[in-house]
Amino acid sequence: MRRSLLAQVLADPSRLVRLGPHEWDLLLRQARWSDLLPRLAELAPPQSTGPSVVPAAVRPHLEAARALQRAQREDVERELVLLDEVLRPIGAPVLLLKGAAYLLDHAPAALGRTLTDVDILVPREALSAVESALLLAGWHTSHPDPHDQRYYRRWMHELPPMVHGRRGTVLDVHHAILPLTSRLQSDTQALLDASNALPSRPLFRVPCREDQVLHGLTHLLVNEDLRHGLRDLSDADRMLRHLLDQDPQATRLLERARTLGLTAPLRQGWALAHELLDTPLPAPVRHALRARASAANPMGGAIEAVCHHAWRQALDTHHPSVAGAHCAAARALLFVRAHTLRLPLHLLVPHLSVKAWRRLVQPPS
Amino acid sequence: MNTLAAWSAAEVRDRLASPHGLRLQTGPFSFAIRSPVREVADGLALHYRHHPVGEDPQASGFSDFHLAIGRPWGLRRFWRPQVEFRLDGQRPFEPLPGHQGYALLEWGLNWTISSHAHRFVILHAAVLARGDRALLMPAPSGSGKSTLCAALSLRGWRLLSDELALLDPVDGRLHGLARPVSLKNASIEAIRRFEPGAPIGPSVADTAKGRVAYLSPPADAVAQVRHPVRAAWVVLPRYQPGAPTEHRMLSRAEGFMELQRQTFNYDLHGLVAFKALGDAVAGCRVEALRYRDLDEAVAVCETLARPAGSA
Repeated sequence: MRRSLLAQVLADPSRLVRLGPHEWDLLLRQARWSDLLPRLAELAPPQSTGPSVVPAAVRPHLEAARALQRAQREDVERELVLLDEVLRPIGAPVLLLKGAAYLLDHAPAALGRTLTDVDILVPREALSAVESALLLAGWHTSHPDPHDQRYYRRWMHELPPMVHGRRGTVLDVHHAILPLTSRLQSDTQALLDASNALPSRPLFRVPCREDQVLHGLTHLLVNEDLRHGLRDLSDADRMLRHLLDQDPQATRLLERARTLGLTAPLRQGWALAHELLDTPLPAPVRHALRARASAANPMGGAIEAVCHHAWRQALDTHHPSVAGAHCAAARALLFVRAHTLRLPLHLLVPHLSVKAWRRLVQPPS
Repeated sequence: MNTLAAWSAAEVRDRLASPHGLRLQTGPFSFAIRSPVREVADGLALHYRHHPVGEDPQASGFSDFHLAIGRPWGLRRFWRPQVEFRLDGQRPFEPLPGHQGYALLEWGLNWTISSHAHRFVILHAAVLARGDRALLMPAPSGSGKSTLCAALSLRGWRLLSDELALLDPVDGRLHGLARPVSLKNASIEAIRRFEPGAPIGPSVADTAKGRVAYLSPPADAVAQVRHPVRAAWVVLPRYQPGAPTEHRMLSRAEGFMELQRQTFNYDLHGLVAFKALGDAVAGCRVEALRYRDLDEAVAVCETLARPAGSA
């Protein structure tokens, strides 16, 4: 199956020196669509005193992407200063997740990483105190509707996204990494136990590198919104390569996945990264991952193969140059699957009915 | 490179309808534009005659941005059809009534540049040049900036932009686009009275901003668009009928504050923008201009531009 130019370049950045103007045109558009332009800017060969391999017309776009990412990084750091003041009195640890974690941890996935909101996880017992503190500090919920509130609180694993009244920043407060109703369950306390405090701001903790990649892949594979699919997969690719450099048999990662019950997403995600982004997948690691699968559920293997094919379609960039009818079908399949993973049927049907009704009844914004 | 004037109206329409679109250069940016909408073709043919265009219909090459003005699918395609703007397939705004296709293209170009061209510090300001010095007019909508900009462009000031000032933070120079000047409502008549032969295109009614028309950029403005210039004057205009035209000097700090207020991507650039605006205004004379009459306003600007020592 053909890969987009963007996926090919992410898999092998040395291709950048051989691109012609038309390819650069396509590449920038795919990257912009998939929120990967800043990462591309970091992967592009730096400008030297000699003739640059990046055409002059392309350079302003990469510069603009770098400026954007710098600004986002500063925004997050500033946001954490303010959140520190608000949350420290509560006394509970605050675990950063995803983009914010990568950036503050200087993880391999931090390179050119864009982020639009800050994800934090707090222990369930502290959730109420955290929410009150945020409300007092000028945050408010982005979903005032009671149905949405129930959806997020009772069934998902987070508060509805909170928005700061003045700054406009968005905060996702989680208390577990997966929905409470999900078939896959995971251990929040284990995540906290293996986390590391930020040296400069010890209230905030980041998951260990293994947990970062496990959480990233798990979240990717249960998420129905795949706009950032390729970016998230690229994050995993960068993290996995780094972990393999340190531990060529990925022993720690495999063990950790077993402990957290996340071997399945690791297996599925790694296979996808291997196929789309050429992430190394050493044979012993592949066997170790497969061994768990067949022990668990033989029928599951067939379903996994179908899902893998759908994922393969849906994770590559959705830019119009690549996406086609088959891609839309794959995304539809995964959309349904994501919902069934999140909610059991007796909750899913009413939830989707409410959403559909709303779309019919409410005027377009 | 050819200019758009080299093509007939039919060729312009064909290029716009082709898969690679019509490739147009405005200042530092190249746009690949696709559209089946008649008003878009007519508007481009009228107002962008002097702009360079990409030659080969088969060659795609590199374009900074790919735009499309199309008709959205669905019932509205047939009943009171609409037009929509897409930047590379993504649709940032709601569709507009069908006859507003050309205005939508102009708004789309503005939005694209101000949202993406972060190589520059981008201000909501008009920019015109006299020799190698620029007059920078930052102002909110409704202040009379565009009308005054149009008038100045008809009195020998080189038009760089009526809406978007592109300040390069590296060398402090302002880069031009030399695109058509947008005129709204009463401004359209005001410019016609000011200059009866002014090349103003057809009016589009009932837009969100009222009636809108565009004044073509002068040929020499387009020809010299790749010569950026440093600001020498910052003028804060305000149209106020009934009050006498007057101007007063402001401090550079006041000039800086207005520039900062009108900067689209100030937050993104942070300290870089602070320094760039500071440096730009440091070499400028800053004036507030309240005017009731275009001739009087133009005369004030001429006075400012006169070399020091003359009356």
